[in-house]
Amino acid sequence: MSNLKNLTGPLSSNNPVIVQILGICSALAVTVKMEPAFVMGLSVMVVTAFSNLVMSLLRNGIPSRIRIIVQLVVIAALVIIVDQFLKAFVYDVSKQLSVYVGLIITNCIIMGRVEAYALGNKPWDSFLDGIGNGLGYATILLIVAFFRELFGSGTLFGMRIIPESWYIANGGFYSNVGIMLFPPMALIIVGVIIWVHRSFNKDLQEK
Amino acid sequence: METLNLFVRSVFIDNMVFAFFFGMCSFIAVSKSVKTALGLGAAVTFVQTMTVPLNYLLNEYVLAPNALVEGVDLSFLTFIVFIAVIASFVQLVEMVVEKFSPSLYNQLGIFLPLIAVNCAIMGGSLFMQQKVTSGEIASLVDSIVYGLGSGLGWAIAIVMMAAIRERLQYSHIPAGLKGPGIAFIITGLMGIAFMIFSGIKL
Repeated sequence: MSNLKNLTGPLSSNNPVIVQILGICSALAVTVKMEPAFVMGLSVMVVTAFSNLVMSLLRNGIPSRIRIIVQLVVIAALVIIVDQFLKAFVYDVSKQLSVYVGLIITNCIIMGRVEAYALGNKPWDSFLDGIGNGLGYATILLIVAFFRELFGSGTLFGMRIIPESWYIANGGFYSNVGIMLFPPMALIIVGVIIWVHRSFNKDLQEK
Repeated sequence: METLNLFVRSVFIDNMVFAFFFGMCSFIAVSKSVKTALGLGAAVTFVQTMTVPLNYLLNEYVLAPNALVEGVDLSFLTFIVFIAVIASFVQLVEMVVEKFSPSLYNQLGIFLPLIAVNCAIMGGSLFMQQKVTSGEIASLVDSIVYGLGSGLGWAIAIVMMAAIRERLQYSHIPAGLKGPGIAFIITGLMGIAFMIFSGIKL
């Protein structure tokens, strides 16, 4: 049962993005469309899970003075694998993500989970914790991307949702909200998500 | 002129925080008072100005295709080399500062090790690599200018943010928005304000 908590906790009450405020750096720029957001979420989940697993296996053999550099090497190696994988199988998305794949290395979620959890817990628990936190991260990414893509381009995963005939160009009444595609809107959407989330979880509110 | 253009671009238009969200974790966490924000901003600017040129040299003479050995492309090692340079440089700075200026060391304290995992530093180096490919950065001087510019841009952003948050203590904010929520929305609004710089070309 305690294993289950590792998996579900980070989805809402202990969400890495909106509660712990980690890993925003590489998160928001990839949320203009659903597809890159989905791929990014998946990549981060894989890296978090396996870096947690590896560091948990190594935790008794590493002197604590050099642990940061060992962590960075492990994470960087995993990110290189993910990057090569993306380049090989989904080249278009990999081009859209550009430098943000490399920035998974400095994603605070991964370092944070390794430091806070994997260095003191058994491999299997750490692995689940990594999956859970990756899922929590991916959830927020997908929510933000949902609003930005729907209102910004009228599509979801590249499929048209708002009919062409609604557009002013085709004699309709609708036009895309262009500002949704600009970076600042991602921040404002996350701010609103935090607001809604904390309105339901009163114990998280700051005094 | 090209160099000045690169500098202005990296400070205002391609601002690390408002255009790319780099270094958001420490940006939100450390922007509660202007004094600490200044300290972290200065540290980031310094590390950025040093690591971007270092990584530029490595990229040019070791990692690029045919740079080290004819016919060998080491560019897949980029991530691991860059992060190793950054982490060891931060460690070095920490030791030097501790030795020669204990008072500064005490002021910066916890921020120095945090810089190693600040996305703005890694992001700066990765963007530098992209700009080398696109031809915007053509020499070592350019890379120093880019490092200084992007670091300064980040520092300006965090100091402005801290100044606003100090004033915010006197305002009524809905309970759920207090803390990080309002910080995100302010950053978003500041980002919109920074969009007026886009299109400036010297």
